[in-house]
Amino acid sequence: MFTYVLKRLLTLVPVFLAVSFVIFMILHLIPGNPVDNLLRVGSSPDMRAEIEAKYGLDRPLLVQYVIWLFHVLQGDLGTAIVARRPVATIIGGALPYSLQLGGAALLFSSTLGILLGIVAAWFRDRWPDQAIMGGVLLGSTLPSFWMGLLFILFFAVWLGWFPVSGVRGWQSLVLPVLTIGFGGTALVTRVTRVAMVDAGGRDFVLLLHAKGLSPLRIALGHVLRVALLPVVTILSLRIGWILGGAVTVEVVFARPGLGTTLIKALSQHDYPVVQACLLMLSVAVMLGTLIGDVLQALLDPRMRHGHR
Amino acid sequence: MLLGVDTLSVSIGGAMPLEGIRFDIRKGEIVGIVGESGSGKSLTALAITGLLPLIGGRVSAGSISFEGTDLTKLSPRERRAYNGRRIGFITQNPMTALDPLQRIGEQVDVVSRLHLGLPPHAARARTVELFRQMRIAAPEAIAEAYPHQLSGGMKQRVVIAMALAGEPDLIVADEPTTALDVTVQAQIIHLLAEEVRNRHIALMMITHDMSIVAQLCDRVAVLYAGRVAEVSDVRALFAHPAHPYTRALIDCIPRPDMARGALTGIPGAVPAVADYPSGCRFHPRCPRATDLCRTQVPALVTDGRDSHACHHSLRDTHG
Repeated sequence: MFTYVLKRLLTLVPVFLAVSFVIFMILHLIPGNPVDNLLRVGSSPDMRAEIEAKYGLDRPLLVQYVIWLFHVLQGDLGTAIVARRPVATIIGGALPYSLQLGGAALLFSSTLGILLGIVAAWFRDRWPDQAIMGGVLLGSTLPSFWMGLLFILFFAVWLGWFPVSGVRGWQSLVLPVLTIGFGGTALVTRVTRVAMVDAGGRDFVLLLHAKGLSPLRIALGHVLRVALLPVVTILSLRIGWILGGAVTVEVVFARPGLGTTLIKALSQHDYPVVQACLLMLSVAVMLGTLIGDVLQALLDPRMRHGHR
Repeated sequence: MLLGVDTLSVSIGGAMPLEGIRFDIRKGEIVGIVGESGSGKSLTALAITGLLPLIGGRVSAGSISFEGTDLTKLSPRERRAYNGRRIGFITQNPMTALDPLQRIGEQVDVVSRLHLGLPPHAARARTVELFRQMRIAAPEAIAEAYPHQLSGGMKQRVVIAMALAGEPDLIVADEPTTALDVTVQAQIIHLLAEEVRNRHIALMMITHDMSIVAQLCDRVAVLYAGRVAEVSDVRALFAHPAHPYTRALIDCIPRPDMARGALTGIPGAVPAVADYPSGCRFHPRCPRATDLCRTQVPALVTDGRDSHACHHSLRDTHG
């Protein structure tokens, strides 16, 4: 198991290098320049050159990339050009909020989604299944910003149960989590239901019934474990996605976070901040797949023994 | 009488792939159920093991009595109590028969824990003992292994041990060796027969291998297109088959004295449920078919425990 994790970690190294290279190059190749944001109208070319030299923007791109990567690997994310603060401080200020929201939403949608998926599969083609799948259809088609506004209107403005926006206390987390979690829950429910129905039709289930086990025990003790394999894959893909995918929700609820930081930095061409944000998101995606693989291996002996 | 199947019909959707099946099994008897693919052998097995609902089917008429209790009249919970305990089941393909995520031993332990009330350590000891009887080398290690670490033949030994674990009175085996290598087929089938004989367990064995039937079975039920063609004692069946279909099946067995290239088959194929012909369902392929066969369904004629359904029984001609 330890060697398995180590092997998976090692395969992430070239992926990290490739991703960091692409992130760096794309940003520097798109038109626009952060220096434009720092110069007043009518500034002389000398001043431009001076600022460019200060941030190393006058050197060849490849050299800039190597220097940047070298610093990143030492934990130095650089200084924001426009915001004029260490990038680490900016990210450090936003990341906890993103982690809080993303983590809570992932926990919410995975627990509820798996639960609903099991119920739907158990009552396959009967009314509880149809009701749940109806909700899934809504959850996967309604846009989250609209859901968020609806939640605010209903729970915050009319009922006054939760704050409209901000980040004070756990109450402020409820509506954003619901908003993000709604779509996530729909996805997890659908995947779980399909996986349960699929696994329930396998040959080995016939033999479990022939042994005289109760249907409930077969569903929860055997079919669910097999069905969880694809569910874990989907969830691990969402770990990375949920950190940066909350932009609209962050805007609707006026929450700080990685998503809003990224959007702001992008509009200002603040390279170091954008690079750091994107790098964070890619690392999150990579860690997500790693966690997913480890969970798969824990669930499935065939993965541990390299049979698949 | 251990098991009595009487005029059993099975429906799936609007179709009736099994109709008026009748045969019985005595304690300790080995009964072969034969017929080509599509004749309804597996459905008969699923009906007896109560697993029809899993494939969307149901018993639409007739009864399956087990020691006098009609299994078709029981509630799902009452029915379940027979599975694993009184009736063991061996599936066709051992490669997919086991839960891929659970250790082999636990999958067998559960039968003696559930049905014999054994505590965990006693159940494991029993599992290991069963594995030993099934000639599984290093039974303790195999109990700790996962299904993917075992060969097909080894898995089928495990499945047989699983069927034996509840000390059943009847084991239903659905083509227990067709998915295995030819080299291990004979081993496994003889091992199964031996264990069943030693324990006086009745075995209902589905197969399309007439030579296996000749070697191991006491009695035979021949099915064709969802109906009984003939039920008989194995010696009588091979010596004087009543139904032309039985005759054709016997003639398909290759013999050492046969000339090269003399292997025979039965022309045509078993019709699908939707295309069942009128009258006797075998008539399009039968050399003895007359107009009577095309229009009239032959009645299942019973003589003691034997029966056959043919307008022109071969036994009538031979006197």
